[in-house]
Amino acid sequence: MSPADPDPFAPALPPGRARALPWASVLAGSLLTAIPIVASVPILPPFGLLMLLTWRLLARFALRPWAAAPLGFADDLVSGQPLGSAVLLWSLCFIGIELVERRMVFRDFWQDWLIASGAIVFCLAVGRVLALPVGARVDGALLAQAAATILLFPVSTRLVAWIDRKRGAA
Amino acid sequence: MAPARDRRAGFSRRRQYGLFFGYVLAVAGAVVGAVLLVASLFNPPLFAAFRMAAAGVTVPVSSALTSGRDLVSAVPEAINGWVFAHAENAAMRRDLAAARPLLMRARSIAYENNRLRTLLALRDHAADPVVTARLVSSSASSGRRFALLDAGRMHGVEPGMPVRGPEGLVGRVVEAGPNAARILLLTDPASIVPVRRARDGLPAIAVGRADGAVDIRSVNATNVRFRSGDVFVTSGTGGLYAPDMPVARVTADALDSAVGRLFAQPDSLDYALVEKAYMPLPPAVPAAAPTTAAPAPAEAP
Repeated sequence: MSPADPDPFAPALPPGRARALPWASVLAGSLLTAIPIVASVPILPPFGLLMLLTWRLLARFALRPWAAAPLGFADDLVSGQPLGSAVLLWSLCFIGIELVERRMVFRDFWQDWLIASGAIVFCLAVGRVLALPVGARVDGALLAQAAATILLFPVSTRLVAWIDRKRGAA
Repeated sequence: MAPARDRRAGFSRRRQYGLFFGYVLAVAGAVVGAVLLVASLFNPPLFAAFRMAAAGVTVPVSSALTSGRDLVSAVPEAINGWVFAHAENAAMRRDLAAARPLLMRARSIAYENNRLRTLLALRDHAADPVVTARLVSSSASSGRRFALLDAGRMHGVEPGMPVRGPEGLVGRVVEAGPNAARILLLTDPASIVPVRRARDGLPAIAVGRADGAVDIRSVNATNVRFRSGDVFVTSGTGGLYAPDMPVARVTADALDSAVGRLFAQPDSLDYALVEKAYMPLPPAVPAAAPTTAAPAPAEAP
């Protein structure tokens, strides 16, 4: 609980629900593909990945180190990518962030943003190679998608910080 | 920013092991992901049951959201209708006057066509509609082009059935769950449709480009010139799609491979019609049945 909290004595959420909230928010991000549009190019940013990276970078212990695999499995079921791609890529992101964290213990927001950008570009680029043949004309749309996702990172940081403050010390 | 409150293991053996196994599980998750990925790349329909179970949950939600979207988008359309009613009326009168002589000619041609067909004793395949449903959502965050249909096995939808809109072909069903089905749209790079040019029957294939259009490539001839405005319809080769469904129109002159714009744009589709496969695969003959004589003659549907 941050010292700037206006009401430090407000009752926190029960621990079970507080631990479920990060999982639920990442799942909700993945399920945004259910919005009723039939897109002809990849226009929707990968919100599940964005929420996952934000939780990992902002509140390190909110998700267990192995949480990327089951959350990636859920994302694969609704995203249209071949099943297993998000399981693999999200797990690799978690392991990579763990390695970076060994070197850079004291980070500021800009460094978090840089790490998240690298992870987003990695996931989208490798996901494209895994899912589509080389000749597919998606690279322009994919660049726009990556840029939009990177620019949304501050917004998702705000959202995750808000949820994290509400849920209290888990 | 200082590091978050740490979960140090300290001297507790239990916490040390817990932390260690957490990392072991994280690496194991990546390995499991790689195995799943290889399995699903080599056999894409392997995990269809999981995906359709998830779709069974999301499709009713998308379906409800679709009706909400329709309500909102109906307002500007209604206003447009009032504003442009007069101009539209005049344009329709003009079109009607131009179309009347064509209609007379078409009637006589249709009569003659009927007569000649009876002479040839041709059997027409009337495409049987299975169900009319809506495309409610799509794989909007992925490069693949799948859409979800809000009808499934309960309504008779099976994998392999073609899906069309009023203007032309949209795609085909690849996976079906109880109340949802996944449609491979024509623009997906994995979708290949045998087509022919409407005016001279030149055979070609329409391959998805993943950017909302299709590539039209000639199949058995080189140095083929495609002209802007050439119309391509399904040829019926392969037996999946019934012949003469409009597919795409060529947008620019090209040699051997041209970009085609689809007639049925899935993003502006009101309703999609699921039809029976034109000529479904015959049921597999059981191998351990030596008593069966010659297989029954292939019966046209």
